[in-house]
Amino acid sequence: MEIKLWINDKLITDNVEPDMPMLEFLRDKGCLSVKRGCETSNCGLCTVWLEGKPVLSCTMPLMRANKKHITTLEGLRKEAAEFGAFLADEGADQCGYCNPGFIMNVLALERDIEDPTDEDIKEYLSGNLCRCTGYTGQFRAVKKYLAHKRSVKADE
Amino acid sequence: MNEYKAVNRPVRKKDAMALVTGKPVYCDDIAPKDCLIIKLLRSPHPHALIEAIDTSIAEKVPGIEAIFTYKDVPNNRFTMAGQTYPEASPYDRLILERRLRYVGDPVAIVAGENEKAVDKALKLIKVKYEILEPILDFTKAKDNAILIHPEDNWASLCPVGADNKRNLCAHEESENGDLEKAFSKCDVIVEQTYHTQANQQAMMETFRAYATMDVYSRLTIVSSTQITFHVRRIVATALGIPKTDIRVIKPRIGGGFGAKQTAIMEVYPAFVTYKTGKNSKLVFTREESQTASSPRHEMEIKLKIGATNDGIIRALDMYTLSNTGAYGEHGPTTVGLTGHKALALYSRAEAYRFVYDVVYSNVMSAGAYRGYGATQGMFAVESAVDELAHKLDMDPTKLREINITKEGDVMPAYYGETANSCALDRCLDKVKKMIDWDNKYPAKDMGNGKIRSVGLALAIQGSCISNLDVGSVALKVNDDGFYSLMIGASDMGTGCDTILAQMAADCMCCDVDNIVVQGVDTDSSPYDSGSYASSTTYITGMAVVKTCASLTEKIKKYGALLMGWDANDVDFNGKEVYKISSDEKISLKDIANSSMCNSTNALYASEGHASPVSPPPFMAGAVELEVDKETGKIELIDYKAVVDCGTVINPNLARVQTEGGIGQGIGMALYEDINYNDKGVTRSNSFMQYKIPTRQDICPVEVEFEPSYEPTGPFGAKSIGEIVINTPPPAIANAVENAVGVRIRELPITSEKIFRGINNED
Amino acid sequence: MLRCNDYIFAESLEEAYKLNQKKNNVIVGGNGWLKLRKRQWGTVIDLSGLGLDKIDENDEEFRIGAMVCLSDLENHKGLDKYTCGAVKDSLKHIVGTQFRNTVTVGGSIYGRFGFSDVLSIFMAMDSYVELYKGGIVVMSEFAKMPYDRDILVNIIIKKKPLKIGYSSFRNQSTDFPVVTCAVAIGEGRIATVVGARPSKADIRTDSAEALEDINDYAIKTAKSFDYQSNMRASAEYREHIAKVLIKRTVERIINN
Repeated sequence: MEIKLWINDKLITDNVEPDMPMLEFLRDKGCLSVKRGCETSNCGLCTVWLEGKPVLSCTMPLMRANKKHITTLEGLRKEAAEFGAFLADEGADQCGYCNPGFIMNVLALERDIEDPTDEDIKEYLSGNLCRCTGYTGQFRAVKKYLAHKRSVKADE
Repeated sequence: MNEYKAVNRPVRKKDAMALVTGKPVYCDDIAPKDCLIIKLLRSPHPHALIEAIDTSIAEKVPGIEAIFTYKDVPNNRFTMAGQTYPEASPYDRLILERRLRYVGDPVAIVAGENEKAVDKALKLIKVKYEILEPILDFTKAKDNAILIHPEDNWASLCPVGADNKRNLCAHEESENGDLEKAFSKCDVIVEQTYHTQANQQAMMETFRAYATMDVYSRLTIVSSTQITFHVRRIVATALGIPKTDIRVIKPRIGGGFGAKQTAIMEVYPAFVTYKTGKNSKLVFTREESQTASSPRHEMEIKLKIGATNDGIIRALDMYTLSNTGAYGEHGPTTVGLTGHKALALYSRAEAYRFVYDVVYSNVMSAGAYRGYGATQGMFAVESAVDELAHKLDMDPTKLREINITKEGDVMPAYYGETANSCALDRCLDKVKKMIDWDNKYPAKDMGNGKIRSVGLALAIQGSCISNLDVGSVALKVNDDGFYSLMIGASDMGTGCDTILAQMAADCMCCDVDNIVVQGVDTDSSPYDSGSYASSTTYITGMAVVKTCASLTEKIKKYGALLMGWDANDVDFNGKEVYKISSDEKISLKDIANSSMCNSTNALYASEGHASPVSPPPFMAGAVELEVDKETGKIELIDYKAVVDCGTVINPNLARVQTEGGIGQGIGMALYEDINYNDKGVTRSNSFMQYKIPTRQDICPVEVEFEPSYEPTGPFGAKSIGEIVINTPPPAIANAVENAVGVRIRELPITSEKIFRGINNED
Repeated sequence: MLRCNDYIFAESLEEAYKLNQKKNNVIVGGNGWLKLRKRQWGTVIDLSGLGLDKIDENDEEFRIGAMVCLSDLENHKGLDKYTCGAVKDSLKHIVGTQFRNTVTVGGSIYGRFGFSDVLSIFMAMDSYVELYKGGIVVMSEFAKMPYDRDILVNIIIKKKPLKIGYSSFRNQSTDFPVVTCAVAIGEGRIATVVGARPSKADIRTDSAEALEDINDYAIKTAKSFDYQSNMRASAEYREHIAKVLIKRTVERIINN
């Protein structure tokens, strides 16, 4: 089937099998940050943005992205590095395998909820599993990052 | 004040920025695009013989390269356990076999150009099974008429008490002191049975590996593994080919926690590429990782513990029955830790006895999971000690204060080792303050149907396998004087590459950035037994210290040689070699660059390390929780932990290890459970049916360190990787009893069990 | 993984309906469940080009398109206000944000799954499904209907002077529920839905007088449902939890 879409603002046209999963399509197109951790929509590792909204690329039918914009971590290098530095400074990057999907969703949280409470943060990110950190270090990184962004904003 | 520049500092992990920006650094990211896709046809029966298998139709599917059955594989038994040769685990596997021993046991290997073709072929393989009666209840396995491994070429290479004609994978008895006499003195005795369930490590990256043939016609395996060097031996044994023909590489790996201390699946791509000459890869689905992998050994522990009225624990008697499942990976070794570690928390007792049996059964083979048997033993011991305290009408922390192992104590259960570094008493004291024990113990009625309580548990682990584990590193000087540190230990995300570089930086008096590290390659990395048994910091770390000393000598000598000085009159400060008797000096940069021009001096050193002892780290964990009296539901309020891992090499990474281990321990305590139906099929076959904690399930966790100084460790360090999982199950069980008077001896501690306990059902 | 020979964006409901009459074809909602079915489909029919991704609210009702994703339902201000947060309460434990951004309310309701939080909350309200051929059907009736080849187009909630509450009991925060419970009180009646027993949600309606003794009401109502055991809980425990949830949900509604 013909498909035309933007991956990280780059226009791609392709001919794909009708049942090509979005996740595998993105990896084929070189977006190797997108990871698969399960087959049942539970882990959040494959999180990408479709029209700016975080979705599960293992689940969302690829054809539904026709004429739309997908963003992966490859398209957010600067933001990823900025938040990632906070994660790294907690030692909470660990094995790193859940990081891309987690960071995609942290950046979505930042856009979606202004001044989130601790509960908001935990709830918004609860679909991102991590087995290394026990989440505590990730939580510290998110809090410090959001505080940093607020102070940058206040200075402007 | 910290005397070091790199050690004991929160240095960022060297690979951090690559990981957080999603760089393609994992196995499947770097696999060649032309790999044959491999999938395994798996047994639907827990115990069966293949009567007939027909692959002829399946082979005709376009794109199918090869299908292999038991008829095609060598008859060499081997073990997938990543252990030093000769392995304690029995040689009880073939790559494929006629006899199938659990639901999920591989029946055939299918390799093809794409997934769709392979899926189609899998459906077209015709298998006729002779269905045999399985053993699904491991308590009935020993001396059962049904034999799981009747084969003649089954072999146990080590004297572990194994006997395949009795379904026995291991048996041992050990004791110290006069047990009967010690119990006869006791005023109070607790004798109970505790049950710990099988758990999945559930690392985010499933098992995976790919194989290629290199330019020298050698088989190269790139694997997500903790045991790079053992994989080489395991594959060579299974395929019956020389080890010279195999190279194994470990890229970044997406977590392991012991799961990848077993070569679960490397033999399949190795075999396919060996047979076809083509690149091949196998990526386990989550379902396969949940149903055909290497979870924690399920155990039943009978524990008798006695004390006199003064609160002195006199005797401990433990019998552990461990379920190794269909195969024996890590069966004979994990079980030992239930007693040899857990009983060593109370080394002052007059006598102990520890007996165990490890049995085969027709469920998935168990393996290594963080804590490695100690976790199971600690649940029993730390639960029983609380039960004993209640019988004695004593605060359980007081009972522990009286009886715990203290620095300088000999630990009879722990192979008679002496606790040369032990801050357990300080850990206990500190964690009590952090949780505000004296004000909160045992419980408080919140007046809203909820009871808030506290519970506490202690933990012990090792820092290596003594007299066995080997770590070695190599260090070389490059242009301008930067160093390459070559490591054979497999960093699985915990940051050991960085920690070892921190140690090297302090030894060489340079910046951590001046030391570059690389992943493991069996062709070029110095030998390391692997990342397990909590050994990397302690064993490989010591190899770093020795290697740095050796390289420093070489740098000094070469500097002196270049300058024509007496080699005994020079020293090295990291930047230059200088003459002690005057202020002359030569820079490392000049030395390094000279070594690359008309020089016969290789500025390269490599040393190995092994240890006659395995100094235990210690830990205290305390939980505060609420129990809803009407439903039995637990809500975690707070978790506090204090760890003695000796000198903390990297406080950030040690903290995250602790928080992560506690997170896994909470999952084990509350709901994680590998559940089988009466047909031997695992229900817990996905993240939908096997729930690990999300961030909403974890309460605030606060970690502190109470370091001792381990004289045999690098910079005084011990281990931290495993001990951190051990406290939540008993601490939570203890808190539940403190809240509602219900003692849960069978994990997981579900709301329903608590509810039944409150209402005196069962 | 979803496997199919063809994937078609229907241009009309009629086209979708016609395609859907073939046994080997199927309509995809959010693909949360469909992709778990180990089956090769002929044509997968996608309704996302038909404008069914909107929630319309007027004085009488909410009209929710089948392709509305769960998070749009969760974040709809009108629904949140009308249900006093109960819709949000029913959705927030379902896997995670990205999942709820992906899967659809049509898929959730059409599936009539035993564990469904979504079916439970809708059933308690005065709600209906609009089927392309079958017309408008009361939610609790729809739940009992056999799976057929009609198309679920919209979900309608009639605005009534109801006070609504939702509770669920889970072993782990994002797991399937052990029991769900939705309660609506108003117009002299109380409707209580209990789901995940683990069979699918069902409803009991009584006159408001039944609430004179809340505890008694909770016991009787909980007892009127059937329960089964599975690996998450036993039947007996489920009944007990249902009783507790009914009692607590009713109390919360009354005290609000």
